Amino acid sequence: MLNPFRSESEAYRFLLLTVGYFAAIVLAAVVLGRWAGLTVFVVLTLAALYLALRRGTPEPRPQEAMVRRGTEDERRILVIANETVGGGALREEIKQRAEGHRERVLVVCPALNAPLRHWVSDEDGARAAAQQRLESSLARLAEAGVDASGEVGDGDPLQAIEDALRTFGADEVIISTHPEGRSHWLERGVVSGARERFDVPITHVITDLEAEREGAG
Amino acid sequence: MSAHAEAHASHPPLANQSSRVDAPTLGMLLFIASEIMLFGSFFTAYFFVRVVNDTAWPPEGFHLPVFVAGVNTAILVTSSFTIHWALQSIKRGNRAGLQAGLVLTVALGLVFLLTQVREYSRIGFAPHDLSFGTIFYGLTGLHGAHVFVGLCLLTMATIRAFRGHFTPAHHHGVEIPGIYWHFVDVMWIVVYATIYVL
Repeated sequence: MLNPFRSESEAYRFLLLTVGYFAAIVLAAVVLGRWAGLTVFVVLTLAALYLALRRGTPEPRPQEAMVRRGTEDERRILVIANETVGGGALREEIKQRAEGHRERVLVVCPALNAPLRHWVSDEDGARAAAQQRLESSLARLAEAGVDASGEVGDGDPLQAIEDALRTFGADEVIISTHPEGRSHWLERGVVSGARERFDVPITHVITDLEAEREGAG
Repeated sequence: MSAHAEAHASHPPLANQSSRVDAPTLGMLLFIASEIMLFGSFFTAYFFVRVVNDTAWPPEGFHLPVFVAGVNTAILVTSSFTIHWALQSIKRGNRAGLQAGLVLTVALGLVFLLTQVREYSRIGFAPHDLSFGTIFYGLTGLHGAHVFVGLCLLTMATIRAFRGHFTPAHHHGVEIPGIYWHFVDVMWIVVYATIYVL
């Protein structure tokens, strides 16, 4: 986040810019009149906003190659899912991919939080809810015959994947989302972002919980 | 086969630090937001009075000491240079530079504040003289209060500098008042440009 008061050096630079900004406006207003001052004010303000927004946009990160962990015959699958963590489509996908291998599955459930709560570090509720979803999902996976462990991850799904890859070192990642139109993660480009950022095969599973509920009913 | 969660059954979940806003940044952001709202409310009143009335500024019969305030502005901006010098000095391990920079900053801040008090005593109008007087004293007084707080912080930092505190690695006690002092200077430039000059 762009913050001109992050350090003394940045605050000092901001002060110098402010001096220059107001000096130009005052000079134009005093020498050429009120409208010239207003024009300089508008031009400089737009230029400052443009530069601030450009500086605030982060550079795309280079793709990160993760270290593979585990033995040669072991297949490590990292699953990232939130509300869809207990969905049948995801369970089937995991089961299918684990077949014929000595698999290790890690399910990570990001602790999604409201922005204000995230800002003030009030994460306990979000983490507890994620923990609950995770535990019921792991129980269902166990019923389906999949040996999986799990953990609650960071609220940002990409950060959660990165954290898990560093410790777990997966051979592939499965990201489960709601169908398009209902998925915040798809809207935010989590799947495409993960493909750009991580050098591991990424599978996207769409889990339609409503259709599953209707099917079960 | 068994499934298990790496649960946190007996204690609260561990705090995840990877993408949270760190406390000093959050504190500074909240502080700046509150200050922007505070000064913003005063400036809103100022622009309302000036734009809605659409009369001459300052109103007829009132006179603002633009030159004296301009000299005072130069003094305050110079004090920002000296606090920056003080901080750069301690980062390089130059204690004498730190002490000299802090003493100069406090001295310049005091001169600014005393000049403003002197200006108040000679300006010829009071806060209750029209909305102009209220806005003028309100904005410059609010800023003066910030300068006073900054001087208190800088005086404490100066005393600590002479008692041997601060090192090239640990100088938060100078850095934070320094950030605050630059902020006070920025606000004065806005006040001077809008109230006195434009």
